[in-house]
Amino acid sequence: METIKLIIDNKEIEVEKGTTILKAARQLGIEIPTLCYLDLHDMNIENKPGGCRICVVEVEKRRNLAPACSTKCENGMVVKTHTNRVLNARRTVMEFILSDHPKDCLVCAKSGNCDLQNMATRLGIREIPGQEYAEMSTYKPDTSPSIKRDLNKCIMCRRCETMCNEIQAVGALSAINRGFMAAVAPAFEQNLEYSTCTYCGQCVAVCPTGALTEVDHTPDVLRALADPTKTVVVQTAPAVRAALGEAFGMEPGTLVTGKMVSALRALGFDYVFDTDFSADLTIMEEGTELLGRLKRHLNGDKTARIPILTSCCPGWVNFFEEYFPDLKDVPSTSKSPQQMFGAIAKTYFADKIKVDRKDLVVVSIMPCLAKKYECQREEFSVDGNRDVDFSISTRELASFIKQANIDFKSLEDSDFDDPLGESTGAAVIFGATGGVIEAACRTAYEIFTGKKLEKIDFHELRGLEGVRSAVIDFDGLPVNIGIAHGLANARKLLEEVRAGKSQFHAIEVMACPGGCIGGGGQPFHHGKSGVLKARAAALYREDANKPIRKSHENPFIIKLYEEFLGEPNSEKAHHLLHTSYFDKKKKIIVKQ
Amino acid sequence: MSNIKIEIRQEDVSKIKEICASYNRDPQELINILHACQEHFGYLPAEVQEVISAETGIPVAKIYGVVTFYSFFSMTPKGKHPISICMGTACYVRGAERVLEEFKKELKLQVGQTTPDGKFSLSSLRCVGACGLAPVVLIGDKTYGRVAPDDVKKILKEYE
Repeated sequence: METIKLIIDNKEIEVEKGTTILKAARQLGIEIPTLCYLDLHDMNIENKPGGCRICVVEVEKRRNLAPACSTKCENGMVVKTHTNRVLNARRTVMEFILSDHPKDCLVCAKSGNCDLQNMATRLGIREIPGQEYAEMSTYKPDTSPSIKRDLNKCIMCRRCETMCNEIQAVGALSAINRGFMAAVAPAFEQNLEYSTCTYCGQCVAVCPTGALTEVDHTPDVLRALADPTKTVVVQTAPAVRAALGEAFGMEPGTLVTGKMVSALRALGFDYVFDTDFSADLTIMEEGTELLGRLKRHLNGDKTARIPILTSCCPGWVNFFEEYFPDLKDVPSTSKSPQQMFGAIAKTYFADKIKVDRKDLVVVSIMPCLAKKYECQREEFSVDGNRDVDFSISTRELASFIKQANIDFKSLEDSDFDDPLGESTGAAVIFGATGGVIEAACRTAYEIFTGKKLEKIDFHELRGLEGVRSAVIDFDGLPVNIGIAHGLANARKLLEEVRAGKSQFHAIEVMACPGGCIGGGGQPFHHGKSGVLKARAAALYREDANKPIRKSHENPFIIKLYEEFLGEPNSEKAHHLLHTSYFDKKKKIIVKQ
Repeated sequence: MSNIKIEIRQEDVSKIKEICASYNRDPQELINILHACQEHFGYLPAEVQEVISAETGIPVAKIYGVVTFYSFFSMTPKGKHPISICMGTACYVRGAERVLEEFKKELKLQVGQTTPDGKFSLSSLRCVGACGLAPVVLIGDKTYGRVAPDDVKKILKEYE
């Protein structure tokens, strides 16, 4: 390894060749401020357009200031990170950025969580000179089913563009125009709704300002809760419990399942249920489908499509409907846990409590923004009444809890309600990449072989590499499993399937890096890589502590099949718990 | 902006495919492909960009980004008589801006736009190398020198 010696702020350091000044300074514990820069090294995500120039430093014998994020260290370099010249330059850069930025911080959805606001505070900006002459660039706001865009707040950091193109390979967003009118937008400045956007929300997760935010559905939920004619049921996704605490200042990776249930009850929900229950149900349906297709495939049935792909992730579903409509019969037909929950709540549960489905409101708490779109899909409603009425994100729930002056940290733990609140360890790991397929393996193995699993943990399926593979021994039958998270990684596996070269029997795909724990609706990670790791670890901890860790052993799932559904993949199960996919690719109409 | 319907004639699709193929459908050749398409069609409407996207695999948002970044590329068709006003230094100091204002007023057009009847389009350019004639206006292939704002009405009459 070739190394380089340099001096930063009078401290000598030796770094690997190719290291940037920013990273070398970090090794010395010097935090040079950054704005456009983003580094999530666990996920191989880096955005360094060198555009904002907040990170400039003074390098001896260099005429101009150097951006620390994109300047490589050289032997004998002498770097100063906080000279008068540097601080003045940073302040000037910040003043320029702010001169074309709306000043409605008080009512901005990002207030308190805004990197730009924080930077203005950190740099001690107290006035923005030339305000009276400053022209503002103006763009029309755009609201899609999941994501709101307010380009007036865009500072051209281009983080969203990196996520959308490099990490997700969705290509919905690009830098457009130049100079004053430069912004990031879909093709032809159409609304996001008409672009190739999958609503994964990774752009929102990294946006440093209020330019990209979620559509807030808390007012709808509040209205339902205040309506005495409505019975309001809530379901919470696995990944929420591993991240919600962060919004209240708790350490990343703190499990707050019990406090979350108490908070939801305090907010007035009539029944607090768990999406984990329907995650177990998903395993029953998807696992049965997998085994069915696998058996037919092994018996030489050419119509059995292998590999089977998971279908829990709505961002992923939107992606293959847009880019791989020719493969739309390859994924499992099982609905996502959110939608399975809605379908069961508005039939089985509504009957049980003798409430008409129109008077039953189902709310979901999701780490995800694509879930907002998913619950609005036409096929998931009956006579205009949605199976899941509203989906709100982890962040929206946190804000709701704060608005209701509930002291979250001091809440006592409590348990979910029955019957849709009971779940297994297999369901809770749905929130981390590899978790769904591990849960499926636990059940499929036991059903296929008729034997008890000796080891419940499939460590070979865990981890954070973008594409992973493992061979699971089903008592002599090797089953090839593929895992991808981040849609660019999924695209690679899909290209193989399209070319007929895929070696896998089953593939799990999650749109967001890290899986749902890294979802677009989670508390902002602000570029801290360790946050996602801590959340994943929390879910595996919760799994290990559960008395039941296999979906098919969930007593309430067994009861649901006995009382209502019959057996997995039965006609009734197909009607309520399965769906079909559509070709959403934009058509080029050729005229003669 | 609402959903744009993409409709295009078969012969135009074939032409774009031919141009893309001549650059091996290589994403790195986007600028050259756009140049060739603009030369053929006169401009780069959404339809053309969508077909280039399908051929090269470049997201259409990226293509639109490139088209809007470089002022040479245009998404509006040029008029039958494209008007260009030189805004180079010599023309500018001799009042090209006032000439441009007059054209804008007369035609009710902004720079980069085309009249609804497709007759005139308005653009500005930098130096045509005829600084001795400043300020200079080009209409199609014809050059007008020492143009004063008062001349604009008369010049436009020639094209009635």
